[in-house]
Amino acid sequence: MNALTNAIIRFWQSSIGKKLIVAITGVVLVGFLIAHVGGNMLIFAGREAMNDYAYFLHHFLHGAGIWIFRGVLVVAFVMHIVATIALTKQNRAAKVENYQNEATNVASKSSRVMIWSGLTVLAFVVFHIFHFTVRVDPELAGMKESSGRHDVWGMVIVGFQKPLVVLFYFVGISLLCSHLSHGIASIFQTLGWRSRKSSEAINRLGLAVSVALWLGFLSIPLAASVAGFGSDEMETPVTDIADVTEEKR
Amino acid sequence: MNLTLKVWRQKHANDTGTIETYEANSIPAEASFLEMLDIVNEQIVQRGGEPIHFDHDCREGICGMCSLTINGVPHSKEKGITTCQVHMRKFKDGDTIWIEPFRGKAFPVVRDLVVDRSAFDRIVSAGGYISVRTGSAQDANSLPISKDSADSSFDAAACIGCGACVAACKNASAMLFVGAKAAHLNLLPQGQPEKDKRVLAMVRQMDAEGFGNCTNHYECEAVCPKEISADVIARLNRDYAVASTKEAFK
Repeated sequence: MNALTNAIIRFWQSSIGKKLIVAITGVVLVGFLIAHVGGNMLIFAGREAMNDYAYFLHHFLHGAGIWIFRGVLVVAFVMHIVATIALTKQNRAAKVENYQNEATNVASKSSRVMIWSGLTVLAFVVFHIFHFTVRVDPELAGMKESSGRHDVWGMVIVGFQKPLVVLFYFVGISLLCSHLSHGIASIFQTLGWRSRKSSEAINRLGLAVSVALWLGFLSIPLAASVAGFGSDEMETPVTDIADVTEEKR
Repeated sequence: MNLTLKVWRQKHANDTGTIETYEANSIPAEASFLEMLDIVNEQIVQRGGEPIHFDHDCREGICGMCSLTINGVPHSKEKGITTCQVHMRKFKDGDTIWIEPFRGKAFPVVRDLVVDRSAFDRIVSAGGYISVRTGSAQDANSLPISKDSADSSFDAAACIGCGACVAACKNASAMLFVGAKAAHLNLLPQGQPEKDKRVLAMVRQMDAEGFGNCTNHYECEAVCPKEISADVIARLNRDYAVASTKEAFK
């Protein structure tokens, strides 16, 4: 093995090396979430704006763009999870016996349940992908515009009509944002960009981004399910689903 | 004052250990915490029992020998002091006080409240030094050091190596200690030539000793009797990233 391979293995095996991987992949994932919530806001700009955006995402770089994007995300996501599970196992092993009378001084509740909020978010992400990306529900998969494009806007509105789905999104997004309230500030510490002077500002930034994402992401299921957003338009869909099915035949 | 003590008793390293209850009666408010334990021990000895074993040395907060986790907090909830500087006037008559050893796999219990902290010595042996002889104190202006660096280095050098950071950490991480010991030398011109080597060696020794990983809870910073800032952890993370990259492409 050459020196570079050795160094990479040693980096992975070290505590700080794995933490740096968690932080760097965390930056990628937070960046994705900010872009995701930004795109989601187009729901409120109307059916055409949302569907144009979805069409663009699926066709830029002749359709290769989205796969490059997905590839990077999957790698970041998997590395983030594998590294944190390995770190958690080591941490449990390092504190074999705990205090009979335990006290916590400053650690937040969110920071202490990172592995559990993270694993719940993993379950939520799997559900979310099957729900809106793979579209296992034929009703959601078959929704088309008159031009034949997939009606993403309509799919979201219809997708959030089931109370249990909305509840799961509420829990999933809330835990994601709890995860981020500790995670974002931790990125700065792990990458070595935090100091006593900047810690207050960094903590506020982490909290502000988490709350903004929480509001942004949850505004859509709540608008569609509770406030009845989009229900008028859904009563007169652009194209009847049955027509599209017939055209295909 | 009269107190109830819940004390961890463990006969030897391989004993399972248990919490035992002691009544500490007629304790003067002006006694230090360790003096209170001395009084209790005298009573135990008079009854023919085995005294509670605990570490102590200077009893003035500078040697780093005393430990004890008091009511779940290493060195007690009082800020910026060691166990030996805690006084009984901080407790109320009738209080129940839990006294446990510093916990962490890398700090095995030797007996009762005494833990083996020699893992820290091995980390320092791995890189917490400057190889060349620096000689006796030279003229103050012969080696210019910025005020900021001098202050930060001095703050890090205040670490007495007591291990409260490990004891307070939910993961028994030694990052505050290692960060302080590395920053203390890395910030000074004399420490520069061996900076990368030092960081890599100390972190590797820290991992080999079985300490956990930092999850940025900052419990260590909250209990440190010398109030070492978690800035040293951020600095260690950054220095480790740089040193690893340099090593990979050397």
